[in-house]
Amino acid sequence: MPAHIRKLIVQVDETRIEMGRTIDPPTRRALAIAVIDNPFAGRYVEALDELIAIGEELGGLLGDRCIAALGIAPGDAESYGKAAIVGEAGELEHAAAILHPKLGAPLRKAVGKGAALVPSAKKRGGLGTAIDVPLGHKDAAFVRSHFDAIEARVADAPRANEIVVAVAVTDSGRPLPRIGGLKVSEIVGEDGLR
Amino acid sequence: MIERLVDGMIEIRRVFTHVEDIHHEFGPVAAAPLRRGAIAAVLTNPYAGRYVEEIVPMMDALTPVGIDMARRLRAAMDVSVDAIESYGKGAIVGSAGELEHGALWHVPGGYAMRELLGWKGDRAAYAQGKTSAQATPSSAQTQNALAIVPATKKVGPPGATLDVPLTHINASYVRSHFDAIEVRVPGAPAADEIVFILAMATGARIHQRVGGLKAADIAVWNGLR
Repeated sequence: MPAHIRKLIVQVDETRIEMGRTIDPPTRRALAIAVIDNPFAGRYVEALDELIAIGEELGGLLGDRCIAALGIAPGDAESYGKAAIVGEAGELEHAAAILHPKLGAPLRKAVGKGAALVPSAKKRGGLGTAIDVPLGHKDAAFVRSHFDAIEARVADAPRANEIVVAVAVTDSGRPLPRIGGLKVSEIVGEDGLR
Repeated sequence: MIERLVDGMIEIRRVFTHVEDIHHEFGPVAAAPLRRGAIAAVLTNPYAGRYVEEIVPMMDALTPVGIDMARRLRAAMDVSVDAIESYGKGAIVGSAGELEHGALWHVPGGYAMRELLGWKGDRAAYAQGKTSAQATPSSAQTQNALAIVPATKKVGPPGATLDVPLTHINASYVRSHFDAIEVRVPGAPAADEIVFILAMATGARIHQRVGGLKAADIAVWNGLR
């Protein structure tokens, strides 16, 4: 069964000035969110394959939406992250089934490469619950300038039997990075870490 | 900083766009989803921290900001101008500002969207309070975006939510299109910022069914009915 999507949301957050300093080009972070039915709401189900398949579907859909909203070539994506909020009638493992087994591959395809782990967060929540979607560089998790987070929140979701699934993609790091660490220019991009 | 700003007046720190497709709300899935969008610009408030009597200069300075935001919102929604059926606007003023600073958005925000959608009135005259914003009754539609753009505003902390009202662009009383979209920019407004917001939608509430004036029955073309 494909995801039964009630709402699909796409946001772009563009920072032009931070602490009085012009950011040129601006940093831009995109967020795509799907509000879906939880097919396992209200009961314990041992095998979560249906949600795993939904995760695979949403990894591509939401990744593509982020890239389209940024108006960039897939290879120009720099960092990414994912998160899910399970409504009250679901369990945390439902979020894990969406996020972890199969969401990554189509997301990596959407952003060109993606050697690095896709950082994630999950929680149970109600209407308007916010989740901070962690962001890390897509090819090297240790790139310090790209450690960040973007807040995802849907005013009328999740209902008890819904799940909010969010994918974030950026074309940049933080606006004014200056705390050292591994730089983008130093990425090897093979082991996903450096 | 403040002196420089009063001179330049406009300093845009962040631009936040939001587009959503609503397929259903637990009723029949719509053939075409309702698309709603909002754009929020986070500006430095040049009047933060003190009482300034003469704030109207900023209203004029906001004119190109409104026009650019309306265009960007339409582009982000990726629909034609003709597809826009409702609109609204709002402002969230940071804690070192006052509600009146948010009111600066009424003319530049509202008329930017109305002009984008085909309104042919005299914005300059209205801005000076010389004419009514309400259209003269007519037996047929001669222009678009006849209705007043509904608005809300508040003073709020970073991440404050604002329920931005939406109503039909040609007749405020069209009941199917009474709606609101919650807009919120994480981290804004800081004390010395103002978030100015525009919102548009492509149609009625997804399962509208409480009667009243229908868009198809607009007849007076006075912006109300």
